[in-house]
Amino acid sequence: MPLAVQIENLSKRYRLGVINRDMLYKDLQSRWAKFRGKPDPNAPIGLVHASRIEHGDEFWALRNIDLEVAEGEMLGVIGRNGAGKSTLLKILSQITAPSEGRVKIKGRIASLLEVGTGFHPELTGRENIYLNGAILGMNRCEIARKFDEIVDFAEISDFVETPVKRYSSGMYVRLAFAVAAHLEPEILIVDEVLAVGDAHFQQKCLGKMGEVNKEGRTVIFVSHNMAMVSSLCSSGVVLADGRVIKAKGPVDEAIDTYVSETASLASAQLSERTDRRGEGRIRLKDLQVFDGTGSEREFFISGEPLSFRVSYSCEHGLELDGIELGLAVYHSKNGFVTYLSNTLSERPFSGLTGEGSATCTIDRLPFTEGVYFLNAIIKQQGTIQDWVQEAKVMRVLDGDYFGTGRSIPRTHGGVFVDHRWSA
Amino acid sequence: MSARFNPVTSSASEPGWTKIIEPQHRLIHIDWKEIWRYRDLIYLFVKRDFTAQYKQTVLGPLWFLIQPLLSSSIFTIVFSQIAGLSTDKVPPFLFYMCGLVAWGYFADCLNKSAGTFSSNASIFSKVYFPRLTVPIANAITNLLTFGIQLGLFVVIWAFVIAKGAPVHPQFALVFLPLLLLEMALLGIGVGCFISSYTTRYKDFSLLVGFGVQLWMYASCVFYPLSSVPEQWRWILVLNPMVPIIEGFRYAFLGAGIVERWQLAVGFLASCAVFLVGVMVFRRTERTFADTI
Repeated sequence: MPLAVQIENLSKRYRLGVINRDMLYKDLQSRWAKFRGKPDPNAPIGLVHASRIEHGDEFWALRNIDLEVAEGEMLGVIGRNGAGKSTLLKILSQITAPSEGRVKIKGRIASLLEVGTGFHPELTGRENIYLNGAILGMNRCEIARKFDEIVDFAEISDFVETPVKRYSSGMYVRLAFAVAAHLEPEILIVDEVLAVGDAHFQQKCLGKMGEVNKEGRTVIFVSHNMAMVSSLCSSGVVLADGRVIKAKGPVDEAIDTYVSETASLASAQLSERTDRRGEGRIRLKDLQVFDGTGSEREFFISGEPLSFRVSYSCEHGLELDGIELGLAVYHSKNGFVTYLSNTLSERPFSGLTGEGSATCTIDRLPFTEGVYFLNAIIKQQGTIQDWVQEAKVMRVLDGDYFGTGRSIPRTHGGVFVDHRWSA
Repeated sequence: MSARFNPVTSSASEPGWTKIIEPQHRLIHIDWKEIWRYRDLIYLFVKRDFTAQYKQTVLGPLWFLIQPLLSSSIFTIVFSQIAGLSTDKVPPFLFYMCGLVAWGYFADCLNKSAGTFSSNASIFSKVYFPRLTVPIANAITNLLTFGIQLGLFVVIWAFVIAKGAPVHPQFALVFLPLLLLEMALLGIGVGCFISSYTTRYKDFSLLVGFGVQLWMYASCVFYPLSSVPEQWRWILVLNPMVPIIEGFRYAFLGAGIVERWQLAVGFLASCAVFLVGVMVFRRTERTFADTI
């Protein structure tokens, strides 16, 4: 099989100091401090990914990546946030440059990292189709030939001459994707964030990707949604901490590697995790899952009572109101299951100070057999204060949820719903 | 940023591959072929900027006309009537307008190019296209503005000549496109240089407006070179904009001190500035997405 992309020993280094500086006077300030032998007042605080820092201020987002993608292949690049997926994408789509190694590409490459870039609100739909097409590398003849198809796909035929500032957000996204989808590149790079919009349109997008691939073109899909990856891709590669931890192989094997890697990570103490986001006025300290008797466990059985305890600590001296605690539950392969939050079932917590904990109780666990990841989040007045993905892994074994001894077939996944029949 | 961060996408050096992305050490590499492939994009950028410019303002395209008229009137009052500065025996209004329209083109090129990275940050971090298309498109958009303003100037100029004022157009008018090209090169060069540094130091952008204004004072826009004491002229001529502005006025009005060697040196200097600016720009564009 001829190759479409060959990545050789690719590395990307960021300089932490360079990233954080934005004022000339700060740079001078730092140099002056260094000169006098004092600590740098602008040194980055709370380094993320401390393990990947060599030589003080250098950070390797990608390290010695080797990867070959065959023509017509549909490859899933899997990895948690911060694994280096986005950096790889940015290098492939030439938004940023590698520090070492090289990438060889055969054919035109188009990347859909985010749709609608370059749309100008004052211009009409028609003008924006031409402009966006040109930004993505099409020439005018090509766009003219595809114009009707694009308008049809985006379902905006009545609004072609309307400035896009009057478009609804749905129309805007549809138009943007439609332009990108009609590029006809030999290699298409798609980021999962693309799959936005309503479910109907999402299906259409995924369908289009499949179609592009069937026409013999190469698709590289980057995601941490295992459901999408397994339904779309034939092969997969797993990245973690900037390295390939599972070389390219069948997509199922890649997903298994990802799941077990994530599970081992989630066993780390929550307060010691560094891959977190948010302003940090209130932080997650711990997330524990208890069974009905109040003892901590890692696996649970469908139908049994269970409770989550979220421990938090507020920044010293603060009293916080409007707090949302949330747990997003993801099935390891099938994706999002549900979101548990005090703001949904009750009201926001207020008057939080110091350290404390909150408990969320589920009377009967409705999850079917499988491995579940919990993302934990704390928001204050809608602003994310702390957010840890895959904060906890939970194994669920099939149990007798309905008390009838019968269950949903295991291959289906899904959740149990209390229900009654009458006849 | 270090030179090690300096990759280039060269066209294939091995058979079969159409593009190779790698860190690069070559100092200057401008892929004109690629820019030419993206010529439709340049055209569309020009169209977008031009339509957006007049769709957003109340006065629309009229604004392009009011601006030089107003500035020239104020210059006439302040510098000619009040301060009594010489205008080489040319009607002051024409003298100032000629300089201002020419200077305006240069200043626009510089200002717009200087904002290339900061005003396109979101798009640059999401999609690839040759970044140089942006300053090039700006220079062309500004050319349209310049054209409108020049048209207005020519109308007034013809009117004043018809009334018998001491204005003597020169054959040198045919060389105006060269002067325009030089201004575009100089403006893009300096602008690209500044734009690259503003990605690292945001306070750099505050200097631009101020710097451009100072530069205008040193560019014979509201005084003729002949009014500068002869022993100091050589310093002023180091500024490539001086022969350009003087050249404009000489061509249209027949007044001004222009020497060929000054124009030639200025042109070479502008080309050098352009190359250095673009070199720094090309170096920045590779890692720009990492710094925002």
